[in-house]
Amino acid sequence: MTVASANAFQESLQPQGWLRYFSFSLDHKVIGLQYLVTGFLFYLIGGALAGVIRAELASPISDFVSRETYNEVLTLHGTVMIFLWIVPVVNGGFGNYLIPFYVGARDMAFPRLNAVAFWMIPPAGILLIASHFITGSSQSGWTAYPPLSLTTPALAQVVWIVSVLLLGGSSIFGGINFIATVLKLRRPGLKLMQLPMYCWAMLGTSILVVLSTPVLAGTLLLLSFDIVAHTGFFNPAMGGNVVVYQHLFWFYSHPAVYIMVLPAFGLVSEILPIHARKPLFGYTTMVYSILAIVVLGLVVWAHHMFTSGTPPWMRLFFTIATSFIAVPTGIKFFNWLATLWGGKLALNSAMLFSCAFIVNFVFGGITGVALAQVPFDIHVHDTYFVVGHFHYIVYGGTVFVIFAAIYHWYPKFTGRMLNEDLGRLHFLLTFVGFNLCFAPQHWLGLNGMPRRVAEYDPSFTTLNQISSVGALLMAVSSLPFLYNVLVSAFRGPLAGDNPWNALTPEWLTSSPPPVENWAGEAPLVEHPYGYGVAETTLSVEAATGRDLWSATGRR
Amino acid sequence: MPIPPALVTLLLGMALVLSGLWVGYNVDLLPLDASANAPVYDALFRVLFSIGTILFLGIVGLVVFSLVRFRRRPGDRVDGQAIEGNLLLEIVWTAIPAVVVLFVGIYSYDIYERMGGMTTLNDHATMHRMAPMETLEASVGSGDGGDTPAARVWGGIGTRSDAADVLPVEVTALQFAFLFHYPEGDITSGELHVPNGRPVELRLKANDVIHAFWVPQFRLKQDVIPGQPTVLTFTPTKAGSYPIVCAELCGPYHGGMRSTVVVHEPDDYEAWFQKNSPLASTVATASATPTG
Repeated sequence: MTVASANAFQESLQPQGWLRYFSFSLDHKVIGLQYLVTGFLFYLIGGALAGVIRAELASPISDFVSRETYNEVLTLHGTVMIFLWIVPVVNGGFGNYLIPFYVGARDMAFPRLNAVAFWMIPPAGILLIASHFITGSSQSGWTAYPPLSLTTPALAQVVWIVSVLLLGGSSIFGGINFIATVLKLRRPGLKLMQLPMYCWAMLGTSILVVLSTPVLAGTLLLLSFDIVAHTGFFNPAMGGNVVVYQHLFWFYSHPAVYIMVLPAFGLVSEILPIHARKPLFGYTTMVYSILAIVVLGLVVWAHHMFTSGTPPWMRLFFTIATSFIAVPTGIKFFNWLATLWGGKLALNSAMLFSCAFIVNFVFGGITGVALAQVPFDIHVHDTYFVVGHFHYIVYGGTVFVIFAAIYHWYPKFTGRMLNEDLGRLHFLLTFVGFNLCFAPQHWLGLNGMPRRVAEYDPSFTTLNQISSVGALLMAVSSLPFLYNVLVSAFRGPLAGDNPWNALTPEWLTSSPPPVENWAGEAPLVEHPYGYGVAETTLSVEAATGRDLWSATGRR
Repeated sequence: MPIPPALVTLLLGMALVLSGLWVGYNVDLLPLDASANAPVYDALFRVLFSIGTILFLGIVGLVVFSLVRFRRRPGDRVDGQAIEGNLLLEIVWTAIPAVVVLFVGIYSYDIYERMGGMTTLNDHATMHRMAPMETLEASVGSGDGGDTPAARVWGGIGTRSDAADVLPVEVTALQFAFLFHYPEGDITSGELHVPNGRPVELRLKANDVIHAFWVPQFRLKQDVIPGQPTVLTFTPTKAGSYPIVCAELCGPYHGGMRSTVVVHEPDDYEAWFQKNSPLASTVATASATPTG
């Protein structure tokens, strides 16, 4: 076969050995996998921290760790999961791996900046985790609200700030790189409205990153001045205003939710059409709803502050603005449902995780619209209802998509398939464990359990124990996954270049791809979702005939 | 006889709406409602719960149906149909959520208004009302107290109290307790005691870090922020003891920062007041009558 000889030719271009994954590599695919693996290691750490929280909450009294340690653990859990797992993986990981393929480029626009952005993460993460064993870590939650963050141990808080600043810097570098790559590095002839949806998702996300992350950086700098130099920006005893901190913090940290979920929306938009063998439904409305979410996402932050004594008009504005995010988000979900409708769904792990994402995210979205309503929020703000809600968004939403994406792109990363039976077991354990863990928390919040507590009313014991069992199941679920990805890398069946018969450009090269992605010219993919063009005339196998592999003269 | 798909869709849709409404109005997820606010809140909750149930069941139903009905059979190598969009469908599913969120927004605004959330706190009259105890003004409408220099106050839901016999209580939140001071009887207490049916005006302040005053059975929560004197008004409607919970992370013992609000029948409250007040002999009757 001609493809085999092409592979042999590409082999010579590929740097050999595992060492490149520990090097300052400029290859976007190496950097993407560096992000992915590093992020996953931090996910395991963050998961262990969650295990400590759920173990503590298995009984209504504070008996597992000291109260100070408990607050350190919940702070680290939030910080690690957001800044070291979800944001780097859905942006840096999949973004770096896929975006150059999608725009038909050989690498990102700024490869060195890209490597710098990645290599800021391990030191920041190690600093954050190691500080726990050296100075103790921050106790003020990932929100670090003053005055609490001004009164908890100062060194720990400053280390936390430095770590988050480094991670924020890394995120900004990545964002600039994605914007430049999508807008300026497209293959000649490739129009914006022909890009795969993930490019649009990353463009929107990166705009949010670049606009809002510097605000967080500035805020944390001011907070560190308050701690180190005893200025009074946020210290009410010196005339400072703590609510200003909350405004500035949430000006980043609400868009951060979209920085975590928009890339996931993009990844799902890539995965569903391929495994449903249908075009992505409503491409244009999908693009505009991403842009609408970006704009609206910047003007909803104060819904985190409905009990902070914000003026009535402000509450009203932010209620309406937040509610309206449901409209573009809803459009995306209806489009995905329409993509599934009438398709030929392969019930593999990637599809199961993607569909579970839809279910979980819809649930989290509904509680989200409820939380946007001031009167509703007043009761459940800062309770376990909110904890349940945002885990449905970031875990049930984004983390499920990360798993779907790993099952989907693993053959591209390694050239080998993952075991589907283990994958479905992983899915089942994760889905059951996740819902068991977080669904009861909504009731707990409605009935009086605040968040971030080490002890609670004994009447809540049973549901908390159910929740802890769910967390245990989630921990167990990572075992088949880890076994699967580790063993399949060496023993998995060979995948071939395009095991899913997909049309998006990353599948139109070898698996794993050569250093500069294509041996020849990058293919011009004008219809990334052109599956099943006419009714029952095109077969799954025939689809590969239109993959432009041949059209570019590569055969 | 085959049933037309449109009829099936219509019937399924009606069944979905009815089951959503049934769930919303029959599944009780909320604790006891013990303040005048709570039934208003619960009405909003039932509407949101019904709409949410309809949406969730509908979408989960579609996903599960698709996964079963459209699964790829072994040996089937044919693609699905190439449907890339449907303008009418897309307009419908943009318009319906827009109408729903607009309805929910307007409805919750109405609820918010009824709970007293839209009251302007720092207009002339209310600032005057927040002035020291002796000048407590009951009427919000009067604007004649310009000579009283009053600090700005902040408030959340339940800040409106038009009632004349409002019971003022000063609340200090500190690591890790709530302290309640009754200016009428100079009582200081670790628990909040209030008479059933009488509006209570809490004047909250914090000196160390942010706390939050939350009584789940009253459906009320208010952050207590250093540097921001805050007012919160509620009217208890059911006698009993309910937890007061701090809802904002305030340090290691945050989980232990709890207290109790005891709602007495008016006579029992009077007895408690008499028993605890050092000034009870002089202020005993004054507490039950308006001072303004």
